[in-house]
Amino acid sequence: MMEMIEGSHAVAEAVRNCRPQVVSAYPITPQTHIVEALADMVANCKLDAEYITVENELSALSACVGASAAGSRAYSATTSQGLALMFEVCFNAAGMRLPIVMSIANRAMGAPLSIWNDQQDSMSLRDAGWLQFYAEDNQEATDLHYLAFRIAEDPKIQLPAFVCFDGFILSHTYEPVDMISQEDADKFLPKFAPAERLDAADPISFGMYATPDYYLEFRYEMDAALKKAKEVIGKAGSEFGSLFGRDYGEMVEGYRLEDAETAIVAVGSLCGTVKDAIDEMRAGGKKVGLLKIRVFRPFPSEDLAKALAHISRVAVLDKNISLGAKGAVALEVKDALYGSGITVRDFVLGLGGRDVRKRDILEIVNQTEKRQGDLFYGLRTELI
Amino acid sequence: MALAVGCRARPGRSRDNRTGSWRVFKPIFDQKKCSKCGTCRTICPEGCINEIEEGVFIPDYSYCKGCGLCAVECPKEAISMTQEEK
Amino acid sequence: MADKTCELFDSGHRACGGCGASLAARLVTKAAGSNTIVVSSTGCMEVFSTPYPETAWKVPWIHSLFENAAAVASGIESSLRKQGRSEKVVIMAGDGATFDIGMISISGAFERGHDFTYICYDNEAYMNTGIQRSGATPYDASTTTSPAGSCSFGNKRPKKDMPQILAAHGAPYVATASIAYPADLMQKVEKAINTKGPCYIQLHAPCCTGWGFEGDQTIAIAKLAIETGLWVNYEMVEGAVTKVKKVVRKPVDEYLKTQKRFRHLYKPQRQDSEIAAIQAIADRNAEKYGIDIKLPPKKE
Repeated sequence: MMEMIEGSHAVAEAVRNCRPQVVSAYPITPQTHIVEALADMVANCKLDAEYITVENELSALSACVGASAAGSRAYSATTSQGLALMFEVCFNAAGMRLPIVMSIANRAMGAPLSIWNDQQDSMSLRDAGWLQFYAEDNQEATDLHYLAFRIAEDPKIQLPAFVCFDGFILSHTYEPVDMISQEDADKFLPKFAPAERLDAADPISFGMYATPDYYLEFRYEMDAALKKAKEVIGKAGSEFGSLFGRDYGEMVEGYRLEDAETAIVAVGSLCGTVKDAIDEMRAGGKKVGLLKIRVFRPFPSEDLAKALAHISRVAVLDKNISLGAKGAVALEVKDALYGSGITVRDFVLGLGGRDVRKRDILEIVNQTEKRQGDLFYGLRTELI
Repeated sequence: MALAVGCRARPGRSRDNRTGSWRVFKPIFDQKKCSKCGTCRTICPEGCINEIEEGVFIPDYSYCKGCGLCAVECPKEAISMTQEEK
Repeated sequence: MADKTCELFDSGHRACGGCGASLAARLVTKAAGSNTIVVSSTGCMEVFSTPYPETAWKVPWIHSLFENAAAVASGIESSLRKQGRSEKVVIMAGDGATFDIGMISISGAFERGHDFTYICYDNEAYMNTGIQRSGATPYDASTTTSPAGSCSFGNKRPKKDMPQILAAHGAPYVATASIAYPADLMQKVEKAINTKGPCYIQLHAPCCTGWGFEGDQTIAIAKLAIETGLWVNYEMVEGAVTKVKKVVRKPVDEYLKTQKRFRHLYKPQRQDSEIAAIQAIADRNAEKYGIDIKLPPKKE
């Protein structure tokens, strides 16, 4: 049913429909509306979950670890500083193969302190072993939560998942969203039934330590599971499409890419702005297209290389930077396109919530075509 | 044997590790002096002292580390530590 | 009481011979019984009991990280309640995980009032990483990060009073116990498990390797700690002390002399003022908790 709804509230409704048994989260801007909405649902008996008002984010995710290990579908949400505080637990949850789902309302990392959007937070945890989904708009932000639980809990995967959506830009914006009903959600997402859990009837030790003789193989298994995700995503995403009319079977999505000469690669809400810019450029005769990356982990190297095979030049938009090097997305795109001869230019932009406008995309495409452009796009040189 | 997903294990595998090989001193139980109080069984950190029949306590030497706690704590001094033969 | 012959902590674990903590694990799991889920923090007990693929635990067990056992337990307890399951949640964490790095998650969990039993096996330092000081390290104990030296007598601070801190959080039942008195320890564990709400037991688990004594003296030294008043076994119900173990008190020398971590107080010479300061701690404990057995005056 179509609703004009704030991103955070749409996410909260989707989470409710996923029937988590334990919600454990600590409020942080700009995720607060999600956790408040969930608390309200619990208080009004609209969500039958244990809601733990933890004292910080490290404990938030730790409680999810316990709950998930004990056999409950567990959920949390955070961003930026909060995500950084639970850094250790992120690696732990993934290594313990617990399919927790966590919303990330992407926000810049301090210092300097910033409450505004960029994707540094979740990008900085790309090594941790979590699936990473990025939403272009609030429809995707909502839908991806159902998919995240379904994929994370798949016996072939058993890894936790981030659902990332740009803070304020999506979380606090009202958009028309087709909201799935509880009844329909139940058709897509079965009850959480892990093969192993903490249970006196079948005692198991969880989270043992591994000596050098074993550690590598455990990490290999995690990597193998992430690489199997493509197949699981394909199936689940297509099934979602048959049920609800929106297909999420692909990890990347092209927009006017088929005959493009220049391609823009982007992640998250930037894609919406890029699409508008592309339409304008196309009207002027430029052959430009977009490749949206919706699943960042596992990184869709093959799909990306295939989609861009005919392209001459790629401009990668990075709302993050690995300081001292380049943006995370560009580094991985370059790796995927290695040996292809395609020129890849990296543009770091939108950091700390700086607005990215249609005209910025036009300018970036211009620069790319001229083989120009500095790493930091739109630097206020008068401040340097 | 294939790895267990998530680094987990079911009970029993610690028994593969025969800690009796650590011993330097071995406890010898004098059943004649024993008052059958069960203290040795209670305080053994390895849990390897078993009541093999009523009131008869014997250590499992596969796991006994020879720490000597049973010898010190036995109220009847019925346990003595002797050098382990190699 | 759970079946006394049932061993829920198996042989083959890798604790040092005579380890107080391994005895604690055995006694606690015995008292708790098989319908228990144990949460361990990183530390000696976790490491010596679960090197993959060997596990000594015969109850469901989970290790997460160093500082978050109480938070993980909060999640488990919430999950069990939602699922309508009956297992009891017991945390076993060392003093490092409890007094220091875990303070935040313990405080949060106790404030929220989760129904679990938190048992701290107190060996008075970060033993697993090589004997570094913790908030539980007693005054003047030598550890690797509070070493005795030519200008130091070792750890400069007294033990943090965790039982009182957690009683102040509203814990319905708080107790101290010792591996020196197994029956008492097991009784307290059973009581805590059967008391609704967040309960705390701090149990003294001397460490032969870290404190510097022979493994066969673990229980004797634990007894001396109590007999000198440096450790008090007591219970608190709803914040009020209800039961205390009384002793005919021995001077602290008898305890300090047994351990290498206090050797610098005697060699190269006896440090009278330091030992007096430690005696004062014992005297304060004695007064605060009323542990002295008043002997009738000797007849002439």
